[in-house]
Amino acid sequence: MAAPLPGLTSPLDPRLPSGPVASAWQRCREELPLISPVNKRRLRVLVVGSGLAGASAAATLAEQGYQVQLVTYHDSPRRAHSVAAQGGINAARNYASDGDSVERLFRDTVKGGDFRAREAGCHRLAEISGAIIDHCVAQGVPFAREYGGTLANRSFGGALVSRTFYARGQTGQQLLLGAYQALMRQVAAGRVSMFCRREMMELICVDGVARGVVCRHGLSGALETFTAQAVLLASGGYANVFYLSTNAVKSNASAIWRAYRQGACFANPCFTQIHPTCIPAGDSWQSKLTLMSESLRNDGRVWLPAAAGDSRPPQAIPEPERDYFLERQYPTYGNMVPRDLASRRARELCLAGRGVGPGGRGVYLDLAEAIRRDGREAIESRYGNLLAMYSRITGEDPLTSPLRIYPAPHYTMGGLWVDYQLMSTIPGLFVLGEANFSEHGANRLGASALMQGLADGYFIAPATVTAWLAGHPQPEIAADHPACRAAVAAAQSRIAALRPPRGALRPGSSTGPTAMELHRQLGLLMIEVCGISRSASGLRRGLVEVERLQQRFREELRLADHGLGPDEALERALRLEDFLGLADLMLRDALAREESCGAHFREEHQTEEGEARRDDARFAHIAAWRHRPGQPPERLCEPLQFTALTPSQRHYR
Amino acid sequence: MDAAPARINLTLRLWRQAGPDQPGGFETHRLEQLSTDLSLLEALDRLNDQLLRAGERPLSFEHDCREGICGSCGFLVNGQAHGPQAATTVCQLYLRQFRDGDTLVLEPWRARALPLLADLTVDRSAFDRLIAAGGYCSVNTGNAPEANSILIGRDQAASAFDTATCIGCAACVASCRNASASLFVAAKLAHLGQLPQGQPEQGRRARAMVAQMAAEGFGGCSSHLECEAACPQQISADWISWMRRQLARP
Repeated sequence: MAAPLPGLTSPLDPRLPSGPVASAWQRCREELPLISPVNKRRLRVLVVGSGLAGASAAATLAEQGYQVQLVTYHDSPRRAHSVAAQGGINAARNYASDGDSVERLFRDTVKGGDFRAREAGCHRLAEISGAIIDHCVAQGVPFAREYGGTLANRSFGGALVSRTFYARGQTGQQLLLGAYQALMRQVAAGRVSMFCRREMMELICVDGVARGVVCRHGLSGALETFTAQAVLLASGGYANVFYLSTNAVKSNASAIWRAYRQGACFANPCFTQIHPTCIPAGDSWQSKLTLMSESLRNDGRVWLPAAAGDSRPPQAIPEPERDYFLERQYPTYGNMVPRDLASRRARELCLAGRGVGPGGRGVYLDLAEAIRRDGREAIESRYGNLLAMYSRITGEDPLTSPLRIYPAPHYTMGGLWVDYQLMSTIPGLFVLGEANFSEHGANRLGASALMQGLADGYFIAPATVTAWLAGHPQPEIAADHPACRAAVAAAQSRIAALRPPRGALRPGSSTGPTAMELHRQLGLLMIEVCGISRSASGLRRGLVEVERLQQRFREELRLADHGLGPDEALERALRLEDFLGLADLMLRDALAREESCGAHFREEHQTEEGEARRDDARFAHIAAWRHRPGQPPERLCEPLQFTALTPSQRHYR
Repeated sequence: MDAAPARINLTLRLWRQAGPDQPGGFETHRLEQLSTDLSLLEALDRLNDQLLRAGERPLSFEHDCREGICGSCGFLVNGQAHGPQAATTVCQLYLRQFRDGDTLVLEPWRARALPLLADLTVDRSAFDRLIAAGGYCSVNTGNAPEANSILIGRDQAASAFDTATCIGCAACVASCRNASASLFVAAKLAHLGQLPQGQPEQGRRARAMVAQMAAEGFGGCSSHLECEAACPQQISADWISWMRRQLARP
């Protein structure tokens, strides 16, 4: 099953503007064709997803005069998981007068992504970042302020400048409510039709062009057809392939996976980010992992008992018998080393039997020294709500005993391949936010996810979707168009294959595993072989095990039709089917990328000091996978050129 | 710390109703040997696993982020919206708050404006329509002034945040004997009305949202302040009287 070696030619055309990256977006935008307001009114755009990217795109396209339809599986657009982002949003405003600039944010983004993202895209993101803040402030987003009334900034995720705007620990919530309110304003104006409780089942393509989707209604189970002149997927990331992650329980990959199965290339699926500071897993019924903001590492010291199997409570372990392993291994950066290093070192020690807490999967994050230095009150006021959340979840008091933390899947850099104009390899299908693979390369900077989602939705897609529609007029299609009927039939047969008719049972399905149980097994496997650290042997074993899980899913899944009302068991099964397919692709991608870069660490490719060894000669490219029915997927390459920056290696020791 | 977590048995009395037009009633289920490190929603996951294995219809309840911020979850636990712990949604309500052998009665929000869909799930789309009635600043993308050209004092911004933090769970409605959405509407009016950006439309916004509240079938404020007690975000009910004064603004 060895993947083909990276090719030199590629059918993927990123449509990058020529010339210097610094003014590329400006030049591109000025040349994009426009559509008159009268004609915009006649065009319908369909948006799937209501998070930062989807809600902002839907609102902006409606403001411009399009008829917009928005589908979301939530009961209200305001529930989308962007709501849970804690830290903040970056913008190159240099309000802190610490030397920040568009160029610096651009460089940090490319470097943070370990030179696996396009320069032009990263530069555009940095350019747009300031306008996002302007717009969100105008909407009434209550960002933190200085006493003089100007916007407050903080340094985040190891950045050397303070460029992160924030609204306490709920920045994502406040930005999402801003976009949601803008969306509801357009609903009231009659320019957005909102369809809640609809989950995308299939993409509708006519002559190879994306023209709509089939959704399943979450209450009635009815399959509904939505058609449009352009389709925008803003359905979020796929960290729930690991079952336990910091994502919301319903976050899923189905919309992008269905598009992949229809021919949209999937780029860099193995680039997934693990966040080092989450509350560890405990009971097997635990349904999610909760993030503890990374800011705790500013004041907390990470340690483990020096001896394996030391079961004394942390306070009873004297200083000489503690191993402050990050400080020991990285004397310069100490507890502030980047996310992937902190995660990897914690995992290694836990695998060596040194971990603490349930299953030995945890390390201590100790605030005791900071409390001695700054006083209990100072620490409480700095981290009050975080510490309260920790004690609510664990029942332990982090002011008297150290927090237990462990790395958890948090964000997925990979996603559907898009060109510079955010269009996938399926014409007319645009992909926004975490659902696409753009700008973050092999690793994402803290506070850059919100920036990218809103840049895509408020500023980029409205310009590029207009350009597509101007150049490619699409006739109306009716709901009984053969392509729509075929998509509905495909969705029906998927459901029928999983769920026997009412009252009947498939052979084996009366004793078989539930979707949740299989999903949990998939997650345990994926975190082991395709999580913080990956090896060829582990990835190959993963491929075999995923195939076995797929077979059990097909043959033994326990699912029944109760006929009435919502059916969350079926929803879980449909999502799991797509996660199983995606898991296979992630493993193939991780296996084919014979280098370590960003969050992708291959054990075979490390320096003598145990650091990642990138291979620019062979892997300075985006890997985009193309689905081929009945055959293994094909790996295409989009080479990356660096003209503004010279690729450099990280050094932290 | 490495000791096995405590385990408890719980009896759940649940409101079961297959759909809005179906008959409803209470059903009793027992859950045994639950780790007290689980949240109440994780206990319901286990219940649904039990039901699925017994060939019975699983319980419908709303949930998603399970960290208290999306506002999806919410039902009455022994008559209290989101249960006994203050400032906590049911997804963040951990079983260590209960004792071995406890019986928990779980019921959906009951309000005419929040019609029942199934079991513990209700339709809260009225909240979306309240926001659509005026809960926004009318600015289009692309023509905003430079962000620091609008100065807002630190405390003023913090106070606006304290009301903007509403998660839209509807516990305030469920705990009000008049099923009023006053705290929800007042919170949005206070968020935007405390900021310079919200001033041009504040009077119209207040009148439109309050009129929409009546049109949806929410009652008037009962002055019992149960909404404030139930609010997971601890939004002050003082904003309700403040809201009244907004109606007279230009």
